[in-house]
Amino acid sequence: MALGGMSLIDFLFYIICAAAVVLLAAQAVINPTAFVQITVFGLADGAMYALVALGYTMVYGIIELINFAHGDVFTMGGYISAAILGFFAINEQTFTAVNLVAILLVFPAVMLIMAAINVGIERIAYRPLRNAPRLAPLITAIGMSFVLEGVMFLWHGPASVHFPDILPHGPGFQTTIGGVFVTFKDGFVMVTAVFLVTLLAIFINRTKLGKAMRATAQDKDAAQLMGIDINRTIAATFFIGALLAGAGGMIWGLYFNNLFYNLGFRTGLVAFTSAVFGGIGNIPGAAIGGVLIGLIAAYSDSYIGSKWTEVVIFGILIGVLVFRPTGLLGMRVPEK
Amino acid sequence: MSLHIKRGEVFALIGPNGAGKTTLFNNVTGLFQPTAGRVVFDGRDITGSKPHQVARLGIARTFQNIRLFDFMTCLDNVRVGRHVRMHATLWDSLFKLPRERREEEKTTEEAMDLLRFVGIAKHANQYARNLPYGQQRRLEIARALATDPKLLLLDEPAAGFTPQEKVELMQLVKKILTRGITVFLIEHDMKVVMGISERIVVLDHGEKIAEGSPDEVRKDSKVIEAYLGKSA
Repeated sequence: MALGGMSLIDFLFYIICAAAVVLLAAQAVINPTAFVQITVFGLADGAMYALVALGYTMVYGIIELINFAHGDVFTMGGYISAAILGFFAINEQTFTAVNLVAILLVFPAVMLIMAAINVGIERIAYRPLRNAPRLAPLITAIGMSFVLEGVMFLWHGPASVHFPDILPHGPGFQTTIGGVFVTFKDGFVMVTAVFLVTLLAIFINRTKLGKAMRATAQDKDAAQLMGIDINRTIAATFFIGALLAGAGGMIWGLYFNNLFYNLGFRTGLVAFTSAVFGGIGNIPGAAIGGVLIGLIAAYSDSYIGSKWTEVVIFGILIGVLVFRPTGLLGMRVPEK
Repeated sequence: MSLHIKRGEVFALIGPNGAGKTTLFNNVTGLFQPTAGRVVFDGRDITGSKPHQVARLGIARTFQNIRLFDFMTCLDNVRVGRHVRMHATLWDSLFKLPRERREEEKTTEEAMDLLRFVGIAKHANQYARNLPYGQQRRLEIARALATDPKLLLLDEPAAGFTPQEKVELMQLVKKILTRGITVFLIEHDMKVVMGISERIVVLDHGEKIAEGSPDEVRKDSKVIEAYLGKSA
């Protein structure tokens, strides 16, 4: 069935999108201050989802595996950075030079540690299954997720873990602009995420390894014959994905000051939804999808009720899979 | 079945469909692991090497059904081919050190030269998938040449070509030879094979049934029967 060249499904898709936009616009008009406030929260959350979503999408793009352990790599990044921060004489009341040094040192350290762990996971859990049916590595990924959650459970137990509040905060580092409350932390999260995503984009588009990754994603055999060691390239993909996830875990900790062992389960699913929303395998898509899902979650929390937010987000996942399986920006790598 | 290719020649492998020609290419380039037999290149036993190692040693190939990186520009396709000859480390790449920047610039120039060499330089910034068929074949050859091969394997390079394109292909192969590259081709088109090959081996059901110059092979009765058919 077609409506002016559009299939019924496309038509429904646009109707739903249009309805959502109209309802949001109405809210924006009724109470603009609240709307902007919610948008700020949404952007900060979305920036973190984007960092995690990039890891899902890169791995999917190159080996067509949905790496369910990725959300737990993110959480473990938070756990490990909290542990390393414990070695510094940090001050949670005021922002000191030690805090700054600690943040500057722990960021790269936790990113590299998580990258090494993720490369190890790929080596022992996924590489042996490279030529197995696609379901095998998928189930292994779910198993790997449980293993990581189990490790964090044994480490700190089921209760939530305090993450030191060492970013500048308090009266001097927050302001109200036109009724909208903005903190230093909000800005920090967004700027850091934009910085990391920009680095990634430059890396993918400009470097030899980035080129090797794109080539491997498009045709593994041809890439090998160009002298590309695909095992190394795939390991590099896991490495970079975990750099971002590790940074994401630490940013999450710095922002919310609170972590728990299975945080990665929900966050991972939300980030995965972001990746699918933007078009799985599509790197800019994952970044945009993350921000959009963050915004949608924030709007849903405020206008629909937070108990419905997961329904909304996973409804979007189902909706995208049904109406737009290639996501907003389309899959970069077509089905072979 | 045994083949020996001399440095600097154009060597052709022909045979009916399913004779095992592409399988042979796959074994040489490491995409398949041979179950028996040996592959010796430049005096080195490379049997069972990984494809990227084979590429490093100096063997490049094209595919029967073109396999480009469709969603990259022509220039990037060729730049990927330079991968194996580049030296920048991960750290150079991550921090964009001058060494890596110079190398990237040099690679881009070399890639442009190769695009000019095969005659598609004006399409450098188009996606590979948007090129016409004949030019995709040329791009695939440019990409293979980018790996600096000593031996170039061409899998049915003239398939689907017009007579004019076939003539141009033969000219291109001659130009490739002047770069000191040995060419090993699989081809169905007799005019192309007879026109550019110095030696031909005929394969049927995995067995060599004839070997020799184009003239010798053309007259071989077993070949006529197995491959060219009784009418030839």
